[in-house]
Amino acid sequence: MSDTASTPPSAEIDEQTRRDFLLVSTATVGAVGTALSLWPFINSLNPAADTLALATTEVNLAPIKEGQSITVVWQGKPVFIRHRTAAEIEQAKKDDAAALPDPAKDADRVKKADWLIMVGVCTHLGCIPLGQKEGEPKGEFGGWFCPCHGSHYDTSGRIRKGPAPQNLHVPSYEFTSDTQVVIG
Amino acid sequence: MSEQHSTSKFMQNGVVKWIEHRMPIFSFIDHSVGSGYPAPKNLSYWWNFGSLAGLALIIMIVSGIVLAMHYTPHTTLAFNSVERIMRDVNGGWLIRYLHMNGGSFFFFAVFIHIFRGLYFGSYKYPRELLWIIGVLILLAMMATAFMGYVLPWGQMSYWGATVITNLFSAVPWVGDSIVTLLWGGFVVDNPTLNRFFSLHYLMPFVILGLVIVHIWALHTFGSNNPTGVDVKGPQDTIPFHPYFTIKDLYGMGVFLLIFCFFVFFAPNYFGEADNYIPANPLATPPHIVPEWYFLPFYAILRAFTNDFVLYWPISWLMTAKLAGVIAMFGSVILLALVPWLDTSKVRSARFRPVYKWFFWIFVLDWLVLGLVGAHPPEGAWVLIGQISTAYYFAHLLVILPILGVIERPLALPESISASVTQPAE
Repeated sequence: MSDTASTPPSAEIDEQTRRDFLLVSTATVGAVGTALSLWPFINSLNPAADTLALATTEVNLAPIKEGQSITVVWQGKPVFIRHRTAAEIEQAKKDDAAALPDPAKDADRVKKADWLIMVGVCTHLGCIPLGQKEGEPKGEFGGWFCPCHGSHYDTSGRIRKGPAPQNLHVPSYEFTSDTQVVIG
Repeated sequence: MSEQHSTSKFMQNGVVKWIEHRMPIFSFIDHSVGSGYPAPKNLSYWWNFGSLAGLALIIMIVSGIVLAMHYTPHTTLAFNSVERIMRDVNGGWLIRYLHMNGGSFFFFAVFIHIFRGLYFGSYKYPRELLWIIGVLILLAMMATAFMGYVLPWGQMSYWGATVITNLFSAVPWVGDSIVTLLWGGFVVDNPTLNRFFSLHYLMPFVILGLVIVHIWALHTFGSNNPTGVDVKGPQDTIPFHPYFTIKDLYGMGVFLLIFCFFVFFAPNYFGEADNYIPANPLATPPHIVPEWYFLPFYAILRAFTNDFVLYWPISWLMTAKLAGVIAMFGSVILLALVPWLDTSKVRSARFRPVYKWFFWIFVLDWLVLGLVGAHPPEGAWVLIGQISTAYYFAHLLVILPILGVIERPLALPESISASVTQPAE
């Protein structure tokens, strides 16, 4: 380089600054462009259109007697539908005043007090709590018990004890008649 | 040494000379694992586990490539394709059992390799980067093993995948979006299985790349040794070949013998019977347990409940679930910081009379954590898990830094050679 250049030293310094600017700005544009081009690859991992297009689930409640529960599938997830007994409803209302890790009133978790409808996925790490079938452990609060890491849910599906941070989620649902419910 | 080698009969061969002139691969090999690589002459059998882990990696890659030729990554076909490998594919049972047990033996070799490093201070200057790359290899192995375990699509596969991916839901605000992104849906399903298969095939080659830089970093300063004293000159070393090639080969023979015992006589010893039940997204097995090599980390995850003393000071900041997740990943990542957490200048525990004891207590603590991870979180196991979790972090964050300052180490030998030629005082 020195063989060909006869520029004065001051010009060299200017050239360097100009070069630095061009180098930094080119590198920045390149880095931003590369980062943006990553997005389609990451986004391709998100749920595809057919996965998103999952239909709602319709359930006939007529055959479920008081004190019985059924599990239906909605968006691949189990949904617990429980026909609660009067004692369970009363207990759930009484526990509104108890110390709850995720405070919620029982009245806000149901549309009809008889029917408790929740996503049956433990809010800790996604296991399915026990308590739906006869003879399964229902935990210390008479609701559900997650066998994976020992979370206890009450008769309103609220977390009472154990590592789960939230109550069992309530999906959006609607009663189309007294005995028909559409989830989703 | 290398000069001696370059005049050897092998290097005089015409073909060898032709290649060597254009690409000096033979002298590269000689300087890596041959007579041109001087190694400390006092390396004990604890130094075998690096090459054993390398052997396990190769067993896993070879058996895995063949298994992939017979496996179908689809929720409706995966379980049956694995059963087909077991029953119909020629020698399929052998290849699958090699792969299943190979994972366990890979982790076994790596755990001993890590504890070797912790005992003899192999992570200290100038081998910090070597050590950090090693921790990265452990993390990559854990990711690979986890995704591989999902592929047979049994009950443990499915529910293990559900529990572990749900860990990310603990991240504030974006947690649920991350989990949906990982799943490619709203539950662990076919998109999840497909991407896990893709990544499970990719990761071993990432590990291989990390192993190459691990060895590169190792060969920059050479192996540590049981005295922890630097190599002072040629009197402290012997050529890697034939002395350590033969020692490594002997170790591999013993390792393969034990490995074959499990492959042929107890192939499901390390497995879970529940994984021979096809995945059922609507029924969680009563007792989810990860593979044995994850148990200590699983125990740390579960130790964080609302009533855990270590959680109280941070309870205003995060949920117990997030704290558990951070602690579990932190328990591995903290290992990368051990070169700076350990303030002692002396490498080998041989010359650290107090650390030696704390090292073994740490090993015991780690084994207890493994035991806790294998049991349901009930009764005494909860408290034992919390105490041993607290001790794990206390060892790394409190004992190591303080011990280096207050401990009085024994006198170090002048050199590796002097440690045997001069009687100890």
